[in-house]
Parts: sequence; structure tokens; C-alpha cells
Amino acid sequence: MIQCKTSKEIGGMGHSVKRKEDDRFVQGKGKYIDDINLPGMLFMDIKRSPYAYAKITNIDKDSAMAVEGVLAVVTGKDLEQYNLHWMPTLMSDTQMVLPVDTVMHQSQEVAAIIATSREAARDGREALQVDYDVMKPVVDPFKALDDDAPLLRPDKEGQKDNQAWHWEVGDREATEKAFSEAEVVVKEKMHIPRIHVASIETCGCVADYDKVENHLTMHMTTQAPHAIRTVIALVAGHVGLTEEKVRVIAHDIGGGFGGKVPVFPGYVVAIAASFLIGKPVKWIEDRSDNLTNGFARDYHIEAEMAGTKDGKIQATRMKVLADHGYTDGAANPSKFPTGMFSIGTGSYDYPTAFMEADAIYTNKPPGGVAYRCSFRVTEAVHAIERITDRYALEVGKDPADVRFQNFIKKDQFPYQSPTGWEYDSGDYHAGLELALKTVEYDKLRAEQAEKRKKGELMGIGLSTFTEIVGAGPSKDFDILGIKMFDSAEIRVHPTGKAIARFGTKSQGQGHETTYAQIIAEELGIPSKDILIEEGDTDTAPYGLGTYASRSTPTAGAAAAIAARKLRDKAKKLAAYLLEVSEDDLEWEPGKWFVKGAPEKAKTIQELVFAAYTNHPQGMEAGFEATHYYDPPNLTFPSGAYICVVDIDPDTFEIKVRRFVAIDDAGHIINPMVAQGQVHGGLTQGLAPAMYEEIIYDEDGNALNGTLMDYLVPTAVESPSWETGHTVTPSPHHPIGAKGIGESPTVGAPPAIANAIVDALKPYGITHMDIPITPAKIFEKLKEMGVLDKDITAEA
Amino acid sequence: MIPASFDYSAPTSLEEALKLLNDLGDEAKILAGGHSLIPMMKLRFAEPEHLVDLNNVPGLSEVSIDGSKLTIGAMAREVDVEDSDDVAKVFPIFKDAAKLIADPQVRNFGTLGGNLAHGDAANDQPAVMIALNAEIEITGLEGSRTVGIDEFFFGFYMTAIQDGEILTKISIPVPSGKSGNAYHKLERKVGDYATAGVAVHLELDDSGTCTHAGIGLTNVNPLPLRAERSQSALVGTKVDDAAIESAAQMASEDCNPSTDLRGSEDYKRRVVKSITKKMIKLALERAQS
Amino acid sequence: MMKKQITLKINGEEFSGEVEPRTLLVHFIREQVKLTGTHIGCDTSSCGACTILINGKSAKSCTVLAVQADGKEITTVEGLATAEGVHPIQEGFKENHGLHCGFCTAGMMLRAVELLEKNPNPSEEDIRWGISGNLCRCTGYNNIVKAIQYAGAKMRGEETPSTEPVFVE
Repeated sequence: MIQCKTSKEIGGMGHSVKRKEDDRFVQGKGKYIDDINLPGMLFMDIKRSPYAYAKITNIDKDSAMAVEGVLAVVTGKDLEQYNLHWMPTLMSDTQMVLPVDTVMHQSQEVAAIIATSREAARDGREALQVDYDVMKPVVDPFKALDDDAPLLRPDKEGQKDNQAWHWEVGDREATEKAFSEAEVVVKEKMHIPRIHVASIETCGCVADYDKVENHLTMHMTTQAPHAIRTVIALVAGHVGLTEEKVRVIAHDIGGGFGGKVPVFPGYVVAIAASFLIGKPVKWIEDRSDNLTNGFARDYHIEAEMAGTKDGKIQATRMKVLADHGYTDGAANPSKFPTGMFSIGTGSYDYPTAFMEADAIYTNKPPGGVAYRCSFRVTEAVHAIERITDRYALEVGKDPADVRFQNFIKKDQFPYQSPTGWEYDSGDYHAGLELALKTVEYDKLRAEQAEKRKKGELMGIGLSTFTEIVGAGPSKDFDILGIKMFDSAEIRVHPTGKAIARFGTKSQGQGHETTYAQIIAEELGIPSKDILIEEGDTDTAPYGLGTYASRSTPTAGAAAAIAARKLRDKAKKLAAYLLEVSEDDLEWEPGKWFVKGAPEKAKTIQELVFAAYTNHPQGMEAGFEATHYYDPPNLTFPSGAYICVVDIDPDTFEIKVRRFVAIDDAGHIINPMVAQGQVHGGLTQGLAPAMYEEIIYDEDGNALNGTLMDYLVPTAVESPSWETGHTVTPSPHHPIGAKGIGESPTVGAPPAIANAIVDALKPYGITHMDIPITPAKIFEKLKEMGVLDKDITAEA
Repeated sequence: MIPASFDYSAPTSLEEALKLLNDLGDEAKILAGGHSLIPMMKLRFAEPEHLVDLNNVPGLSEVSIDGSKLTIGAMAREVDVEDSDDVAKVFPIFKDAAKLIADPQVRNFGTLGGNLAHGDAANDQPAVMIALNAEIEITGLEGSRTVGIDEFFFGFYMTAIQDGEILTKISIPVPSGKSGNAYHKLERKVGDYATAGVAVHLELDDSGTCTHAGIGLTNVNPLPLRAERSQSALVGTKVDDAAIESAAQMASEDCNPSTDLRGSEDYKRRVVKSITKKMIKLALERAQS
Repeated sequence: MMKKQITLKINGEEFSGEVEPRTLLVHFIREQVKLTGTHIGCDTSSCGACTILINGKSAKSCTVLAVQADGKEITTVEGLATAEGVHPIQEGFKENHGLHCGFCTAGMMLRAVELLEKNPNPSEEDIRWGISGNLCRCTGYNNIVKAIQYAGAKMRGEETPSTEPVFVE
């Protein structure tokens, strides 16, 4: 049970306060990017390349200009005149805004068509004639380093092959020694496929440049408005758009999940077009444009585990080949090219690990952005949770027993991981025990044994993961040099009502409600009286934005500390008004009172009023506070997930019968909202486990660029999720919270994959790559020559 | 996404519609439910110059059943047949199939006539109509003609409907004795086109011997496919396990699936076999109850 | 191409306008009538964000031409609430946390309105199949099911189920 310190009326932490934002959303009054319509607004559409790798030999602008309503066609050569044809990525690589002569992936932006209507822009896109010399693309990352592979990035100084970078962490020699001496070594090759967040709202913007004021207002779908403003100023400062002349506004966002962090070329071209024409320019991606750009994942991992034959893990080793497309378009902290992949040593206590990664350029879209996941944690967790199951299989132990045997124990925290992290807190045993009890694990195993005798396929899969979120401490974490703090500014008005602004930006997480609850918890002002604002760089304090489950760990902490500054000010005011010493005062949510004389009290509202009307001489008037929170460490949420599947032995259709998720995100701000995050994250974990993958043919064509073939799960595929939690507060976080939004997306895929592999154990299967589909199971069994094996014999 | 420009007419009688189609020739395309055509136009895979909308033509949406015949007007919506309890008494196969066609909103507008006239072997109703031996009424300026379902599908997106003609009605014989039918498809997720689908209709005499069998297959052949050998393997039997096994095996051998994102040829054959078995059993169960 | 004059009722109010035949109904509603609560999420009739009611039937307004809606009665999310307050489905979604980002919500609710009209007391399975033409990327659907069950109870005049989140313990 979650204990609340505040009354329901105050609605602080732990209350399932109904969301404030919902009144407008359920009545169709949300304001999303395509709802922004400005006088004189023009429309932009983007012509994209049909080829993965080609020289542009000619762009016949006249062919599009002949369409009624088309005003301009913008090409890379046009942008080159202003030195705007390339831009930096967040990973300090470079990306074409529009190509001058070469296209590097199918669906790359080739030219922008500006027109007086959406229809005319589209007609212009269709009419525009572009001639290409098609070249043989590099599609398979394993062939990108072959001698005969073309050098894809000759534009980069010193670039001699198609390797973008190499990274490693841990102790290579000690790991090699541990592996060579171990009783048991297991290894699996796995691919974490290229997927797309496919938020139901695509990306878009309205760039509104005012020639007279030399001022740009950029309405856009961004999870990080402040960082975007800085990037715009860095890219376009030389043409006059310096940072004070740029205002970025993120209105309501129809889902982000990491896909709305990068600066896509469309945004930049819209700005350029508005700058050149002097009118507002709207660009809204269509779904196919969206799905064929800005991917997540695409890690090829060799995962190995060494241990004793009685189940003690001794070392792990992981080798990654990362397919980044033609540029590193990831959105990781600068010093972490593989993001937080090094969390992949998992929830287990062992001394030795080594990881390395090679990033490869191919003729595919750039990305490596998140998919509801904190910087590559999903890839890491999949690898460690799969290889742990593989190890359990090898030593003949139940996967739950192996996990209990190897878990970091509660009293070992803070725990130093072999790859350098300090896990803040956790109680992994408690989480798994609750999950096992909930599913009645022993009964399930008995049922499974019975079913196997009858040739029926049932599987049970576990995942006990540790996340790493809340980037991050400024000594290590920055994006393009900007430290990854976040901010809160609270202004309480004379009548005791407040507005608070943040450097983050909700895309559905419910910040308007939950941030108000944090402030209510600390100040005792009812959360309904606190208005939350984000997303406008002219008004909100600077922050790095909402992604990687960082809002609660960073901006949430900032809110608590700013509120505590105000509580301290209220205390001084109370001492003054009650004519007592500050030491004689005691706090309860909503008032300061005199110790031993609770009738002598001042409410927070009275104290705020006094701050404007009756403050002591020498005290600064007003009741406002700001805090920029620089976390001392990251937070380490964890979870214990169990999935039960049934598989049709004829067609191999997979049915997720049950899924239990026990999360530990520390203190919970709003149980209803936190649970909603878990539900949604689980469906986004189910998706890559069984349905979603962007598939390319050998010519680099994406084969499933619509929602007819990119299989986003519906309510029918998605099971009824069962969720619960254990509460192990973060010791270093002001409110003991850890972040919740992404744990389920991280933890669910290995639980599902482990369940399916477990179901197929009688066939001798030890691993399958996600997404695991009925057709893939068939092919695997066929390849192994066991399609018609009598599996009842072994049971 | 936006379709290319086109002209639009919404005739209010069949005659007017036919005249328009004859005048316009191959520039014109018929708009029925629009739920196959409009997405193709938005993606600009189809760019007709003129749409002739049949939605305002009266008399094309009737669904009625008597002792001898089920009649479905070409403009009847999928949902009209799905929701009809009278139809479901004899032809539960329509509820089976409808549930798996796209989604409820699409079924509110998509028409049975359009589903057939689109000439797409990935659609579900063609296999159902094959199993049920439907007859298709096609009307031109000269009058109407009736084509058996086996003569209706010609090629990819090609049917017996000629330029200037309209599919107006579907007729299905109502069996006099015991009968049962069923449809299922395997789909990657709900609303998807079939990886493979099977429609089965069985008629039994009083002794339980199969007197007639209709089996249609979805999306495992360039054209909607009748599994003729499988049908023959059931007729004259008591539809025992051996007969079911051999009928299912034949269906898996006689189809011609191609490898694509939904699975390999071999996998689809296996699915055809599995579903054929299950649907024969379900149809049999329904016939016996 | 010749523009066509159309007249239709949206949320009880009559609108007339000139449209190109190719204008999609969703664009007419959003851009000419300026009711932006109906959203667009795909090009292939897959996502359901644009779902409205046409003569009471749920429809994907991205797959209907505006000219086809001539003479029809349309309901959009803006037409659900009345002077007495919000519609039970709107209450259900808010009270049960049936939405996060809100982008799919209008379509989801309008689909649910027709579902409850035809089947006032649907099972969980009925609801899941009934909204299978509407994608939600945020909620995992659990609470959408709950929201529709809540609205169903309210519309049947029964006591509404608890809206407190349920956790395994």
C-alpha cells in the first residue's frame, strides 16, 4: 500500500489524482501541431528518394513549379548558398538537411515544395522530376567493412572505412581469464531489430519567421524545446537567428517516446523556407515519411555468460555491431555513444564484465533514437536477461532459482557494477517473490509439465531487470556540451494559487498533474491550485527535456527543492507573524504551527499573502523560487516480470495468456498515472517482442513503411496487464522517486522472448530473435529439422 | 496524404449510373464503400479521373433470406450481413469472416460487392463466396447477367465485370437439408490481410454423409481459389478424421502461396492445412447441431 | 476539377461549403469547419484517430470524401458534451485514466459510443475487438477497456465501477 502524507484535498504524492490535462483532451480541445493555423500560412511537403544510394543528376524544379499553387522548390544547392545544407546531429556527427548531390538512404529528403495549400504541396511533390544515377548500397552492416564496400562518408575528414566509432568498457583481460577458467560458458547471437516509435501523431512544425522583427517562432513537436532552440541558434546564428531571436513552442504532443527528440531535416527546411519567403510554413509528416525515418535499436549483439555448473554467474561479455544508417543520429549523452548499454551486467552480483561496440555506417536512415527507452537500456537488458535464461538452461536450473542465487542483495546497495555504475538501491528478491506468488509459479510449471506430455506448447518467461535513468550528473552527462540538469520555477500568487514552469515537456506523461502533486506534497498548496506549464522557451526555465525517464528524477527533484526553498521562506514569515523563533515551529502539509500549540498556526496561503502584503523589513518580497537540479547519481528502477504464453503446435500462433509486472520505481507520485505508464510501456514491449520490425531488402528498400505492414499492436494483441510494485526509494533523490515510464518497455521483451523460447524447449531451441512470429518459429524448426519431432517423447 | 484530383458524380438511379459509366469509359471508377479504393488513391497507387459514387443509388443494399436463397445487394455493408441473425442461422460463416475483415469502422462502410469487385485474392469474401457457390449479378445498359463465382475472378484486380457494368447482387443457394459452414484466417494482427484463410461449407444427408462440400482459400493463390480435390475428398464420406486429414492435405498441396512478409510458401501451406482441418470440423459440428 | 457544394450537419449545426471532390472529410472538418478535435494518424485507414460518427455509424473520416458526406449528420468529439455536461464516455476516459497524450482519444471515444449503442453491456473481449480499428500507443489499452465499461454502466443507469487503480499485492 502506498502511504500518503497529505490529505486528499491537498492531493500530494501517493494520491491517484485525476489528470488535469484530460478535460481538454476528452473534449477535443487539445492543441497539437497540426491544429496550429496562422494567417498567410504556407504548406511544405518533401520529395523523398526512392533509392538507397544514388547520385542526383538533375532536379527539374519547373516540373513542380508548373503545379498551380506551388510557390517554391528548395533543394540542397539552394541551402548550400547559406551553408545550411548540413547540420550537426546530437551525437556530433553530421546530417544532410537536403542533399547537394548524393542521397544516402531510401526516403531521404531530396527537395522541399512550398505551396499555398496542403494539396498543392502534395501535387508538387508528385510532379517534381528528379533524375538519379543509382549506386549499389551498403545494406548489411556485416558487409560494410568489406574491402569492396564503398566509402559512404568521404565528407568526413580522415574517414577511411564505414566504421563510425568503437567503444568499450570493463576489464577485457580479467573477463577473458574468467571465461577461460569457467566451468560453463554460454553464448548467443541476437539482433535487436530496427523499430519505430510510431507515435500516433507524426512529427511536424509551423515555422513562423517575422522579417520585420527578425524573429522566429517555431511551433513544433519536440520533447526538448530548449535544446532545440540552442541547436537552431548554433546552426542558423550566422544568418541572424541568434538565440534571443528564436522562440520554440511545443504545444500538446501526440506521443513522443524518443522519436521527437532529434532535429529532423524537415524542421530545418521549414525554418529556411519561412526565413526566405517571410511567411509561416507548416510541415506535417505523413505516416510513411514518419515510419521510414528516425528508427530505434538495430543492435547485433553477441552475448556470453560464464559461471559455475551449480549456477553462480562469474562473468559476462558482450560484443555489439550497431547499424546507425548513414549518420549517427542518436540522441545519447555525448560521452556515451552506446548510451547506457553498460547497464547490461544486469541485476546480478559478479565481479567481471567486458563490453565493446562498433558503430557502422550503412545506406539506411539515421537514428538510434529511443523507443521509450533510456539510451540503449532495452538492448542491454534483452541481452543479459536472455543469456541468463540460456545459462539456467545449460546448468539445468530453473531460471527463477538462478536469478535468486545471483541477485545483488538488498544490503549490498549502493552497489558498484563491473562496468562502473553505482546502483542506488533495490530489493530484487522482494520483487521476484511477489511476481512468482502472483502468477502461482509452481502451479504453472506443473501445468507446463502436463501439457508437454500431450504435445502442447506452453512457456513461462522471466525478466528481472535493472534500469538506469535520470540523466544525469553534470560531470558526465551533456548533450552537445549542455549539461543534463533540469529545472523548475514556482511562482505562488498573493491568493495562494501557483504557476510552475519546467524545462521538460510532457507528451502524455501527465506532468500537469504529477508535478503539481510534488509541489503540493512539499508546500501543502492543493495540487488543483497549481498550474503547470512547459514547452515555451520564452517562459519556461532552461532544461534538457523529457525523454529517458528523466523528468521525475531531474525536473521532479527540482520541483521538490524549489518548493522546499519556499517552505523555508514560509517558515521565516510564520516566525515573524506568530512572533516566535523559527526553531519553535513545526511543519505539517499546508501550515507552520508552534510546537505544542497547534492552534497557533499560519496556513501556507496566509503566509504567501503575507509575502506580498506584510513581509518583514529586509526580507525580499514575493513568493517565488527556481531550482536547477543536477542529480548526484542516476536512479536505478528495477522490475520482475513474468510472461505466460501458449503456442499452437500447428500454426505456431502465440497467445500471451498472462503477464505480471512488478516494478520498483521508488516512491510513486500518482499510482494511477504510474500504472498507466506501466500498461503503455508493456504494450510497447510486446510490440518489438512479437510484431514490430522495419524490414529492408537487399537494395535498401524499406518493405513495410505503412501501418498496414508495420504492426502496431491493437487492444486484441495486447493482453490484460497485471501490475504491482515494491517500493525501494532512491536514497539520493529528494523525493525518493526513480522514474517509471520506460521500465516496462525495457523489461517486457525478454520476458516474452524467454517465455516463447521456454515453450519451444522440447524442440531444442535455445534462442530466437525478436520479433518472434509464428512464421519465424516455423522457419527455425524447419531449419533445425525438428518440425515433425514427437515432443511428447521427452516430456 | 491526398488523392490526385478527379471529378465526381453521385447518380441517384442505376440507369443514370450505368449511363455515366458508359459515357466515361475507362476514365471512371466505381466508388462503393471506398475503403479499398480511397487508401489506394491517397497513396496515389490509383489515380482515376472520375469517380461514380453508387451510395445514392437506391435498391442495391438489400439483404434477405428465404427458404431457397440468400440475396445480398452489392452495396450491402459488411456490417449488415455481420449483424443479421437470420443470415447467421444458416450461414454463420459470415459472422466468422466479418469479425476478421479489417475493423468495425471499415465494416460499417465496406460493401460486399466492393469486396468482390476489387478482385483481390487477399480479401476474405471471395473464399466465402466460393465455398457457398454464390452467383454474381452484373448489370449493364443492356440488362443483367449472372455469373457463377468460379467464372467471376480473372486475374489480379480483374473480374468478369466489363467497362460500363456494375456488380448489383450476390445470390447464394440456401441448402434444404443439414448444413454447416465456417471461416477462419490466420492474420499477423487483427485487421490484417490473411496469411492464409479457409472457408468451408458442408451439406449432409440424414445419415450424416456429406453430399456437398465447398472450400475456398484466401490469399494463397493469385486468384481466390476453390480447393476442388479437397471438396471431392469429403463428398460421400462421413467426414471422418481420415477424410478431413486428406482434404486438408490436398488443400495445402493445391494452393500456390508466395513467400512474403506474412511467411514463406511452406509455412502458408502448413497454415492452410491446419485451418482447413479446423474449419471442416467446425462446419461439421455446426451441420450436426 | 469542378468544386462541389455540400451541406451537412455537424454536431447538430448545419455547414455548407465548397470542396474539391478529393477533399477528405477529415480535412473538411478540421480545416473548413475548424473543428480540430478529430485527428489524423496515418494514410491507410489503420489507426482510427480520425473516427467520427456519420449518421450514428463510426467511420474513419480519412477514408470518406467530403462530397460523400453531403446531407449527412456528423458527430465529432466536440459534439459529445451537452449543456448538462460531458458524455459518459468522456467521463469514463478521464476517471479511468483512459488516455495519456490524448491524440487517439477522440476517435477511440466515438468508436466506443457506437459500440455501446449496439452492445450496451459488452464483455472485455467485445470491447477489445470493438476498438481493434483504433491504435493507442500510450495506454496499453487496459484503462481504455475500463473507461468503456465505466461509460457502459453509467449509460445503463447502473452504479459505476471503482476508478481506483488495482495492483497485485
